[in-house]
Amino acid sequence: MASSIRVRATSNGDITEVQALIQHPMDTGLVKDSKGELIPAHFIQQLKFECNGRDVFVADWGTAVSKDPYVKFSFKGAKKGDEIKISWTDNKGGSDTTTAKIA
Amino acid sequence: MTTTTGPHPTRRLILQGAASVALLGLGNLPFAAAPARAAANDKYPEEAFKQKREADAIKALYGRTAEPSDKVKLDAPEIAENGGVVPISVTTTLDKVTSISFFVAENPFALAASYKIPDGTIPAVANRLKMARTTKLVAIVEADGKLYSASKEVKVTVGGCGG
Repeated sequence: MASSIRVRATSNGDITEVQALIQHPMDTGLVKDSKGELIPAHFIQQLKFECNGRDVFVADWGTAVSKDPYVKFSFKGAKKGDEIKISWTDNKGGSDTTTAKIA
Repeated sequence: MTTTTGPHPTRRLILQGAASVALLGLGNLPFAAAPARAAANDKYPEEAFKQKREADAIKALYGRTAEPSDKVKLDAPEIAENGGVVPISVTTTLDKVTSISFFVAENPFALAASYKIPDGTIPAVANRLKMARTTKLVAIVEADGKLYSASKEVKVTVGGCGG
């Protein structure tokens, strides 16, 4: 199955810029569906980026993060070809993991 | 597996030139006796995300109050046409940054996102948040054990609560 996570990591000298786009409904639990029933909350709580065995970025998210979340950050200490591991977990126990090579 | 580029169906953001950063005081928030440092450990800050008011959320997350700083630059549109997807970013020139958090004052739950910034990671984050209505956006940067903030009023044309 296709991964829910799409990542682009590009190296620019010492700095690696990472952009990630995740497919997830990010339901707040406050919105009603067409039948007038509340759609239960379903959102990513934690998103982690690891590179060379250490966390380089950790996001704790609430329901106010937009559907299909996007995030961008940069870090030092990695080079082209290094692998980044990205993983998320949501409030219903769902999760996904992927890896990406720094280009 | 695709980890490369390509058009994404929901990738429709209109980036507007967000110019000035309005620096507003956060007011005198009550001093918390026990600094919780919730943002410093690895656990998901469940309690902070449940707080409705911005001041309570900041207290639950950090256990103390922030002071406005012009070294925190919050970039957000003046007017968000779609409150469901508001592009917001923060950069700072502060040293020893350990976390960056985003609060939307009048959302059902004020805390939107909190990012841990380990050593070696640049203290700058861009993301997209939902905003229920026109309200104040607050970014807090934790640097060298202190909290610094920047805020900005964003006008929302269509709220981000769906329905």
